Amino acid sequence: MTDLLYSETEDDLRAAVRSLVAARGDTTALAGRAEAGSPYDPRLWNSLAAEMGAAGLLVPEKLGGQGASHREAAVVLEELGRGVVAAPYLTSSVVATQALLALDTGTEAVAALLAELAEGRRTAVVAVPLSAAPDGPLPDGSGRITGVADAATADVLLVLRADGLYAVEAAQAVVEPQTSFDLTRPLAAVTAGEGGTRLADAAAGTAAVRRGLLAGAGLLASEQLGLAEWCLEETVRHTAERHQFNRPIGSFQALKHRMAQLWLEVVSARAAARAAADALAAGSPEAALSVAVAQAYCSRVAVHAAEECVQLHGGIGMTWEHPAHLYLKRAKADEIALGTPGRHKEAVAALVDLQAP
Amino acid sequence: MTDAAELLDLTRKLLAAHPPATTDRDDFLKARFDAGLAWVHFPEGLGGLGAPRSLQAVVDAELAAAGAPDNDPRRIGIGLGMAAPTILKYGSQEVKERFLRPLWTGEEVWCQLFSEPGAGSDLAALGTRAVRDEGSGDWTVTGQKVWTSSAHVARWAILIARTDPDLPKHRGITYFICDMTDPGVEVRPLRQITGEAEFNEVFLTEVRIPDAHRLGGVGEGWKVAQTTLNNERVAIGGMRLPREGGMIGPIARTWRERPELRTHDLHQRLLTLWVEAEVSRLAGERLRQQLVAGQPGPEGSAMKLAFARLNQEISGLEVELLGEEGLLYDDWTMRRPELVDFTGRDAGYRYLRSKGNSIEGGTTEVLLNIVAERVLGLPSEPRNDKDVAWKDLAR
Ligand SMILES: Cc1cc2nc3c(=O)[nH]c(=O)nc-3n(C[C@H](O)[C@H](O)[C@H](O)COP(=O)(O)OP(=O)(O)OC[C@H]3O[C@@H](n4cnc5c(N)ncnc54)[C@H](O)[C@@H]3O)c2cc1C
Repeated sequence: MTDLLYSETEDDLRAAVRSLVAARGDTTALAGRAEAGSPYDPRLWNSLAAEMGAAGLLVPEKLGGQGASHREAAVVLEELGRGVVAAPYLTSSVVATQALLALDTGTEAVAALLAELAEGRRTAVVAVPLSAAPDGPLPDGSGRITGVADAATADVLLVLRADGLYAVEAAQAVVEPQTSFDLTRPLAAVTAGEGGTRLADAAAGTAAVRRGLLAGAGLLASEQLGLAEWCLEETVRHTAERHQFNRPIGSFQALKHRMAQLWLEVVSARAAARAAADALAAGSPEAALSVAVAQAYCSRVAVHAAEECVQLHGGIGMTWEHPAHLYLKRAKADEIALGTPGRHKEAVAALVDLQAP
Repeated sequence: MTDAAELLDLTRKLLAAHPPATTDRDDFLKARFDAGLAWVHFPEGLGGLGAPRSLQAVVDAELAAAGAPDNDPRRIGIGLGMAAPTILKYGSQEVKERFLRPLWTGEEVWCQLFSEPGAGSDLAALGTRAVRDEGSGDWTVTGQKVWTSSAHVARWAILIARTDPDLPKHRGITYFICDMTDPGVEVRPLRQITGEAEFNEVFLTEVRIPDAHRLGGVGEGWKVAQTTLNNERVAIGGMRLPREGGMIGPIARTWRERPELRTHDLHQRLLTLWVEAEVSRLAGERLRQQLVAGQPGPEGSAMKLAFARLNQEISGLEVELLGEEGLLYDDWTMRRPELVDFTGRDAGYRYLRSKGNSIEGGTTEVLLNIVAERVLGLPSEPRNDKDVAWKDLAR
């Protein structure tokens, strides 16, 4: 049976990540770094990925990881979403790692890279646009690929070419930063048409990349959940404190109902996100459907929560100074990331036999 | 009364006397104002001819066809949409003659010093103090305003301030014209989620305002401000637009030019919004026909409500439609823009900027309350702040 709750270990992991983010996740500093060219905080990443071992959650112990599962990685992503943390966790520790795990891990090149990623020593990204859906078109790695998330800081690029999947050292590729809408998940154009180590043939490589994207889409729902949760909590806090008309604005029924409605959406998003994480962890035949459902639902919840957060803050929500904008931009970008809700609904349609007219 | 044929005739005479091709822009705009073709529903001598408001379209079309320069309303929206109707209704003859012409031509930009950190939706709670000099009758103003769009380029401001803290909040307010070059005015940029600083914080320290620059009676500022606010809501949401003229324009163009982006889901959503945008355009047109020469009432708020929601939904859909491109942004550089164009720049900008549409000029929630109470006549929520002296309210 699908386990939609959190285990004690998962709760402990959450507490650890949350306190790390609380200690290092200052959003003003984050926005400042983003504008200066790189939003990442290397110390936060080192603590999260290496010291806490979060980068290796999906990787079996014998391959140098923690031997945990998508359920635990999902909890990490919830917390990273709550803090709009800029870190290559989704791209490297989930999508790229999952893609490598889908290859023959007996191959030395695959095993070596996996171990490095699991230990948080290096990061890798799959060279596809952030918008690529698990079942959608994939770019030809011999050309220039735009919109690749976290590519500018990745050590290794996983590039799908006509003759196979390659691991290309970033130093051997051309990586040009782009101006991304989401300040906290930077994009870059990647040209890595030649060289690198061949990890698999084209068929196995393509299947592995799709597997990575599927895990990414499923766990993105947890990031969206965490993000929505922060937006709701912050809005409740603000409206309980802010006074207009000689009373807290949160005492107006019109606003109460809006927040109560959001709460309902967050509760539902949690169920959907947990179902996707659990199905991925169990390798369930339902995984593709659970992921599509979670993405079709949670994307909208995150955007809605962030939009309400801005609106219910009034003028202050429109400022650069308040963190709400970072959440809004992340939520809107997440809606497109790894397939739009529309795209995932089409996947649902095919999987449950509800064909278009 | 002036009819369409007469207006056309006057417009052609203006064009003949001041051919746009060879006339300086400012000179042309001044001549247009003096010919009464600026805003035809204004009185003669003040840029108008006392004609029905709806006939402005006749003049505008003829001028546009002749390639005449316009006064770039995006730069001077607050002057045109808010200050002008208030000055017209409450200003002395001298004030009208002094201010309306440079306001309309764009020579002088205006801003609106209303909101304060503690007084947004509850604008009447404002605390900026105006104290009268017994001898001269002039005023000294001290306080802080916030979210002031265009303050960094404005020459003048419309300002409301508290003149009697002992009265309940709505009754102790007076309305002024404030000189933004006064040494007591300090403007600091406030950056927005778009990256730009379109609005500002404005600190007022013993700013001198002559009594001649008061609009309406002492203590009647709230009533005067209603004129400004009702006009603001029509100005923000009720612009005359051609079909596909607003936020729906860019997405419709993208849809036609980029078949590869189309999906069934997006198509249905686009069509729903297209229909709503078209209906909203018609509702705006109808509102303008009803207005003729008068001042808008609370019904005008409906336009701004629809405008805000549509702008947000359409731009949100546009970002989604663009997919990978929607993940990019043109430029986050901090700037202090001279004009505001809700439908300008890229989809990401439009999406972010439109978030302000349901906040600026009265939030959507507050406007819905206005519709419920002032249009539908529903009873208001019980209130504990109306009959208490302003100074005794909790802050
Ligand atoms: C882009 C932009 C430009 C602006 N330009 C100007 C300008 O040029 N000049 C100027 O003076 N002001 C300007 N403003 C300020 C604007 O008018 C205020 O932000 C607005 O009135 C809301 O006030 P607030 O920000 O204090 O929010 P608050 O009043 O604190 O509102 C916070 C939330 O509470 C809700 N709320 C408040 N009261 C109620 C109620 N009774 N019932 C239900 N919900 C309620 C609001 O709708 C909102 O969602 C601008 C604002 C923006 C965003």
